[in-house]
Amino acid sequence: MSDTRRISLTVNSEPFVGEAETRTHLGDFLRQEAGLTGTHLGCEHGVCGACTVVVDDEAVRSCLMLAVQADGSSVTTIEGLADGAELSPVQRAFQDHHGLQCGFCTPGMVMSLTAYLEENPSPDEAEIREAISGNICRCTGYQGIVAAGLQAAAEMRGERS
Amino acid sequence: MKPAPFTYHDPTSVGELVSLLGTIEDAKLLAGGQSLMPMLNLRLAQPDHLIDLNTVAGLSGIEATSSGVRVGAMVRQASLMKSAELAKDMPVLAEALHWVGHFQTRTRGTIGGSLSHLDPAAELPAVALLYDAALTVNGPDGSRIVPIREWPIAYMIPNLAEDEVLTSIEFSSWGESHGHAFEEFARRYGDFAMVAVGALLAVRDGVITRAAVSLAGTQPTPMRLDEVEAALIGQPAAPDSFRAAAEMAKKMEAMSDSYTSSRYRQRLAGVLVERALAKAAIRANSGGE
Repeated sequence: MSDTRRISLTVNSEPFVGEAETRTHLGDFLRQEAGLTGTHLGCEHGVCGACTVVVDDEAVRSCLMLAVQADGSSVTTIEGLADGAELSPVQRAFQDHHGLQCGFCTPGMVMSLTAYLEENPSPDEAEIREAISGNICRCTGYQGIVAAGLQAAAEMRGERS
Repeated sequence: MKPAPFTYHDPTSVGELVSLLGTIEDAKLLAGGQSLMPMLNLRLAQPDHLIDLNTVAGLSGIEATSSGVRVGAMVRQASLMKSAELAKDMPVLAEALHWVGHFQTRTRGTIGGSLSHLDPAAELPAVALLYDAALTVNGPDGSRIVPIREWPIAYMIPNLAEDEVLTSIEFSSWGESHGHAFEEFARRYGDFAMVAVGALLAVRDGVITRAAVSLAGTQPTPMRLDEVEAALIGQPAAPDSFRAAAEMAKKMEAMSDSYTSSRYRQRLAGVLVERALAKAAIRANSGGE
């Protein structure tokens, strides 16, 4: 007998109610129930960081959290960052610095940096590298991503438009 | 859906949790999920029941006690790093937590989960050892206190019965000015340590008056280096003393695995003990900063 629950949460500022087996992790729930396939699932054991989303203002691995545990929470995914056609500072910086190539790791990278910069608005390069050390990229290389992180930080501090 | 089917339980109190543990078989406790969730996703663990501790009230406080600080088992690693109380009394904790996974895993990972999972290379048990932590365990017969030295039974096995749960950890403050350091080496930042060392030193007039050194990653369970500590006391807080301590640490037995030989771990233990003591001594001399 399957053990299912009704799960109500806020996803990208909109209320969402879905039903899922309790063993469903948040990443699968977002992709399959909410239809938000921007969140990518790579390793599904917490190593690659591709599935990173923001839950109640904190970056988490969505593969290491059950959907039922997000009941009542506010979740932000990559789909929730842009305002219409207007990219978020981190997204824009990725575009400016060639921070993505195949794009698989990108949602996790962007969500990690978005959450990180909220808490640490003035990181140096080493701190940016540490912040994304839990996000693995296998094609773009990290230089562009690090440059993007630094630009986004400057922009979010209001030093650059 | 990666985990094998289980029945999910979300108790709201320790009492409800303990009675659940007493009535169901083959249950796993889910704390922060940063170790158990991978095991479930990979189906390395296939429990019939999963009991979520995240809904249990009263497990996430940080409070000062007469002798130190008590931390609820479900306090997140990220919260421990941000706690002003802990930063003042035991700054080595935040320094060690910096090595625990990544900031995206520390938002979920808990202190109780780390202590109960008891990976031999984990940092938090090594810190608990430095402060002679007392662990409160709740079970069907009420609660009992387990000193941290009696907590590890064997490789990844804590002193915890099937129907018990770790609910809080009390660290004993040193109550005197001291220096601290936490040093570790891993192939990549965020990986489990090959070897990790925590050290606390109190120094008066250039002489070591109190020392605590703990080691993780070399043996199946983390440990305090009692002999090294005894040898340090009364010695000058100077490089020769730290080198002698390192020589002792290097002679201790160490595990080997497919990545790291026992000889390499022994060498690392020596290097890291020396580094940690030197850094702790500098901080002790500058008033514990």
